[in-house]
Amino acid sequence: MAISLTTPSATPSRPTAFLNARLVDPESGYDGPGSLIIAEGVIVDVARRPGLENLSPDVRTIDCNGAMLAPGLIDLRAKTGEPGAEPKETLKSAARAAAAGGVTSIVVQPDTDPAIDGPAMVDFILRRARDIDLVHVYPAGAATQGCRGEKMTEIGLMREAGAVYFTDGDHTLVNSKVLRRILSYAKAFDTLVAHRPVDTYLSAGTCVTEGEFAARAGLSAAPAIAERIMLERDLALAELTGARLMVDQITTADALESLQRAQSRGVRAIATASINHLSFNELDTGAYRTFFRLDPPLRRESDRQALIDAVSSGLAPIIVSAHNPLPAEDKRLPFSEASPGAVGLETLLPALLQLHHDGRVRLIDLIRAVTLAPAEALGLQTGRLSPGAPADLVLCDLGAPLVVDADRLISKSKNSPFDGRRLQGQVIMTLVDGRIVHHIRD
Amino acid sequence: MTSASDFEDPIRKRIFPFPSPHFLSIDVLDRPTADRLLDLADAMVAVNRQDEKKLSLLRGRTLVNLFFENSTRTQMSFELAGKRLGADTMNMAARTSSIAKGETLIDTAMTINAMQPDLLVVRHSASGAADLLSQKVSCAVINAGDGWHEHPTQALLDALTLRRAFPTIEGLTVAICGDVLHSRVARSNVLLLQLLGARVRLVGPPTLMPSEVERWGADVFHDMKAGVAGANVIMMLRLQLERMDGAFVPSTREYFRFYGLDAEKLALAAPGVRVMHPGPMNRGVEIDSGVADDPKVSLIRDQVEMGVAARMAILAALAARRPNAA
Repeated sequence: MAISLTTPSATPSRPTAFLNARLVDPESGYDGPGSLIIAEGVIVDVARRPGLENLSPDVRTIDCNGAMLAPGLIDLRAKTGEPGAEPKETLKSAARAAAAGGVTSIVVQPDTDPAIDGPAMVDFILRRARDIDLVHVYPAGAATQGCRGEKMTEIGLMREAGAVYFTDGDHTLVNSKVLRRILSYAKAFDTLVAHRPVDTYLSAGTCVTEGEFAARAGLSAAPAIAERIMLERDLALAELTGARLMVDQITTADALESLQRAQSRGVRAIATASINHLSFNELDTGAYRTFFRLDPPLRRESDRQALIDAVSSGLAPIIVSAHNPLPAEDKRLPFSEASPGAVGLETLLPALLQLHHDGRVRLIDLIRAVTLAPAEALGLQTGRLSPGAPADLVLCDLGAPLVVDADRLISKSKNSPFDGRRLQGQVIMTLVDGRIVHHIRD
Repeated sequence: MTSASDFEDPIRKRIFPFPSPHFLSIDVLDRPTADRLLDLADAMVAVNRQDEKKLSLLRGRTLVNLFFENSTRTQMSFELAGKRLGADTMNMAARTSSIAKGETLIDTAMTINAMQPDLLVVRHSASGAADLLSQKVSCAVINAGDGWHEHPTQALLDALTLRRAFPTIEGLTVAICGDVLHSRVARSNVLLLQLLGARVRLVGPPTLMPSEVERWGADVFHDMKAGVAGANVIMMLRLQLERMDGAFVPSTREYFRFYGLDAEKLALAAPGVRVMHPGPMNRGVEIDSGVADDPKVSLIRDQVEMGVAARMAILAALAARRPNAA
């Protein structure tokens, strides 16, 4: 799709009008033709008609040709290798990958080496992000020192320094007393605590979900119920403490039922869904393809369908990329020996759009799950198309065909389960605070 | 006095190019291919019983045994099969090689591949390892056991043994007993025996059964007496000793009491029942010595003999589909 800019050079201060767009704004619930003006890095005007009259001559105009203009995506769960494993991914390569994928805000995980478990480390991430100056990078703080699951971190100081929520990332908080204290303490700061529920006794040493597929493939498997068992504990602790819990990457129908019951009792728990578990089921693993080795492992089709419904209904209101870059040497191994995880920043939006193209979820609900919903969970001003909001925007040609080629990803690691997939939806332009950080040129 | 070519003729007539470039799983076989493979193996048995055992079918070919797990009988069986077909064979064991120095499976495979072998026999503790390797090398890969996944040549030799012990496999009731969960032998055998028309039962404690095993098309029994009642064949599986002591079953003696094959349980089977075991046996754990050694019942030694013939058949068929096959 040809997108014409009236002037090639862009300065954030000069007002820009996006004309003839399909605006998708989850805050107002509007999905339709419109135009939008930004200036000084913020949105200044939104109109529900394709053209604008009487524009001052110094306004640069961009004809969107009917492409979708939506708030830039906010990804609450991206891992990088910085600090400690830079060959996998640096903050800079992750930020560039995000920009290319229309993701304007990322929350990086704290289980690095060393862990982001103190205010100085939070500050380190924020300073690196300022230097890179591409997309918004927010650190999640470790919930326990070194993500070892034992001693609480300086949650208050890290929050002041800029940590947006607290989690031990891929590490399970096995000790109920520790999680209880973290939730209790975090409540004083009204901050979100995230935990991925899994009974580690059931999951230790396993690599897939128990069932016919695992049994035939001869792979060691954990029952899907391992998720619900730990989730019930987490929900009970959230109820006990009154704290805000974010269930990291819920994947099973059973666990979703538990979450729904808890919510109806008033427990302050929300859940995220990973794009991988919305897109694939266990059978996609095929003949031991390690790019499909994930943690949590892929589930059955019925679980995937339940998860999609949960996104639609708002039970799992947030979709994350679960970006986890891994080098070839961690993946070119027998399935049970390969590391779990997949990159996802650059494919998040087109993968998401498949659920729209399939007629499975309304476009505005999908966009909400990667914009407004995560913004509200963290109290961010972005994630909406309203005057005064930051001009974090993505312009996307919804129908453009795309064949994912993992080798051409910007991410330093190429472990994409979407490799070779035909998707629809190409990010044309990404803006952060009104500045173009990614633009496809014909 | 017959010349070498004379006794090779019946073999040559039966050789056919294998329909798949590798032999990683029983699922590459269809019924006609399985039957042809077993016919070829049957002809190999005769060769193995004569004084002159060496054929020239694979002359000039190189067979490499790459064993990441310890094995005596399978490795020997493949080595002998290769030699009897006239191939040059060599063994590479993980303990004594660069694998012990941290080289990855794929690096090892690439190294071996560069030496231009024609046939690569692989055993590895990870399910799917043979599959992974087959994607990276240009020779034919034979899966000699990958994790809990498959051991297709074992199923082939078991079928050959049964074909020679019974008029037909079609309609036989075969009870596979023991640690089905961790058994690659069981997975391959279920697939092949069902393909050949046998009725398969799986017998063992629930802790040693894969989940949703009832979807394998076999009847599942947790009571061994019921499981072997009326069976024509009882195939015992090896129970790894580390799986006892409360991990999967409470103790050796409890296991033997309920799931070991002894004369009492054997008496419940059909008249003329035959007993099989892929070896090595844990006598007094899964099988009583009296049963294992009874020549009227036991096919265990036949299985070892048939192993060489079955492997000769698959090696010859795979070599016949290689480029430049004679």
